[in-house]
Amino acid sequence: MDFLEILRTALQQALGPTAIVYVLAAIGINVHFGYTGLLNFGQSGFMAVGAYGLAVTVVILDGSFWLGVAVSFVAALALAIVLGLPTLRLRADYLAIVTIATSEALRLVFGSVEMKDTFGGSNGLTGYSKVYKDLNPYSDGIDLGFISYRRDDLWNITVGWSLVAICCLVVWALMRSPWGRVLRSIREDEDAVRSLGKNVFAYKMQALILGGMIGGLAGLFFALKQASVVPTDYNTNLTFLAYTALLVGGAARVLGPVVGGVILWFLLSGLGATFGQMTSGPDPILPTWLMDSSQSSLTRFIVTGLALMLLMIFRPQGIFGDRREIAIDGR
Amino acid sequence: MGDGTAIDVTLSDDSKKVDGQPAPIEGVTLTVTTDDGTEVGEDVTDAEGKASIPLPGGGTYTVTLDEDTLPEGIELDSKTRTELEVRVLISGSATIAAFPIGVQAADTTGFATKLIDSIVSGIKFGLIIALAALGLSLIFGATGLTNFAHGELITLGGVVTYWFNRDAGLPVILAGLAAVLVSALFGYAQDRVLWRPLRRRGTGLIAMMIVSIGFALFLRSIFQYTFGGSTQTYDQYVAQVRHSWGPIHLNDKEIAIIVISLVVITAVCIAMMKTRMGKAMRAVSDNPALSASSGMRVDSVIRNAWILGTALTGLSGVLLGLNSQVSFQNGGRMLLLVFAAVTLGGLGTIWGALLGSLVIGIIVEVGPTFGVPSSIKEVGALVVLILILLVRPQGILGRRERIG
Repeated sequence: MDFLEILRTALQQALGPTAIVYVLAAIGINVHFGYTGLLNFGQSGFMAVGAYGLAVTVVILDGSFWLGVAVSFVAALALAIVLGLPTLRLRADYLAIVTIATSEALRLVFGSVEMKDTFGGSNGLTGYSKVYKDLNPYSDGIDLGFISYRRDDLWNITVGWSLVAICCLVVWALMRSPWGRVLRSIREDEDAVRSLGKNVFAYKMQALILGGMIGGLAGLFFALKQASVVPTDYNTNLTFLAYTALLVGGAARVLGPVVGGVILWFLLSGLGATFGQMTSGPDPILPTWLMDSSQSSLTRFIVTGLALMLLMIFRPQGIFGDRREIAIDGR
Repeated sequence: MGDGTAIDVTLSDDSKKVDGQPAPIEGVTLTVTTDDGTEVGEDVTDAEGKASIPLPGGGTYTVTLDEDTLPEGIELDSKTRTELEVRVLISGSATIAAFPIGVQAADTTGFATKLIDSIVSGIKFGLIIALAALGLSLIFGATGLTNFAHGELITLGGVVTYWFNRDAGLPVILAGLAAVLVSALFGYAQDRVLWRPLRRRGTGLIAMMIVSIGFALFLRSIFQYTFGGSTQTYDQYVAQVRHSWGPIHLNDKEIAIIVISLVVITAVCIAMMKTRMGKAMRAVSDNPALSASSGMRVDSVIRNAWILGTALTGLSGVLLGLNSQVSFQNGGRMLLLVFAAVTLGGLGTIWGALLGSLVIGIIVEVGPTFGVPSSIKEVGALVVLILILLVRPQGILGRRERIG
């Protein structure tokens, strides 16, 4: 066991591009769930349309890169409207049902054999990120002593953390505005807000669109850092991990999803590296009947599932949250 | 993916009979390609005229016969194509491609036949969905919780049956019964360990829903960890011959699936209407506070709903595994259909769950007959789900007050 190596991997991953994807997704969920009380269980669907919006525009339709970026945002916006229209007047679980069902359906459509010419089937699409790669100003990677990033990843994390900063700024500014206060009051008591003459449906829809577009941005960044979009990447596990990241940091806090995402990814990468080491090599520490190397990568999902349950039960406010802010109930 | 999925081709000469059977043709090369031209594999027919080409999964494939490899003296009938398109719907049972040589080419399955076939298989699939939907509705009715880990309870049934069947060597019927028992026990255990303590703490429904997605992730990963990522079948009843009754073609296991689900669903519905426990469940579902103050033990009613609901859902998984295959993703894929079914019928209503399931089952299976790509036939259910929420959000049989 090489503990220094595990620590290095965990730290590298916690600040790296993959963690940023989850942080962005969690910021979107924070707008939905944390501030407005909307249960969006289909953030992976928003991410998928964001990613495929870019990839399909550039690869299949031969559009320009920036057009593709615009299409990503429009696609996420359109998805939010389609999901919101039938459900936002109803009880909270209907939005949850429709979003999780849609995200799964989108994944099936994007991976389908019959639409291979449009979405690339189960192999997905590649070859859309040239413009993004050419923008890379760095000539070399960076070595911070303990951790180091290659040239590509350095560009990815520069762009990624800038996007995170912008999103946080937007969320911070919006949530301290009168508009944001209405959202919070909708979360606390929808009927009270309605009795004050506010159009609750419109506010919920705006929140769904804002969070969904941040989700689309997360998908866009995922597509760029990965340089390929593959349908299986956008399964429900992605949404559930983002929820866990949000709840670790604390919902309804601007920096909650950021801190939560980094901590969660640090722990999960550390765990993955630990079990990876324990199951690799000719004479692994763990016997193969108990765990082999493909099973070791599943430990992160098992632990995340447990963590999500325990967090919600014992510490719903996470690390930084305020318990009163998250004491919402089904309506 | 797709262990055991293959296209089996039998080549025979109908013009020459050996013992009354068409004579097999040996040594002919057959190639299978996907619809975009990628070659999947090729095989040469053996002494019995048989060739088998393994497939990666469902989809549409083209089987091509190499005319040059035909033995001398045998030629293809002018109407027989050398290419045959084969649609592999559900991976699992072997798909048969027949090249009738020397007889007229057969593409006799007309639209009407396909439609009737797909409606029958839709009803069968709808009944499998109905068992799971009934389970979801019972649990929702008693607790108010939309359980997002419900798909994993379907997977549980199939996976446990597989273990009892393959690893413990029980016949499928016994293994299935055991799996339903295990499911019932699991229903009791999850209420006892997880949901009852949460109710006692006064945890809100939204918090419980998030707990249920955590539980779903946890269970699904556990299944993937222990069962593995591949798709498996039980060791009995894999490929069966279809019997015909007029336009309806069913094999034995499909008949068994239909009969078992009908009997169980009827029994549950009668029990809900007639027995004391059933009445208590409906009362709690209607108004928990009033039921409690009239002296009912709400907690034990909820416990029974969890036991019965999980057992029914487990049975749905057992039958789904029998119908097609067992995979850790079975339940995740069914969840969309189950949600669409209960929403269509009316969340929390027993009859609604039944009706909605049959409609969804038929829509999903009939879709491909009308040109819906078969690999995304589940998407039709989503369209129904969104439309019903726009038009009549309480569902066909739901009451308006339920949706608040």
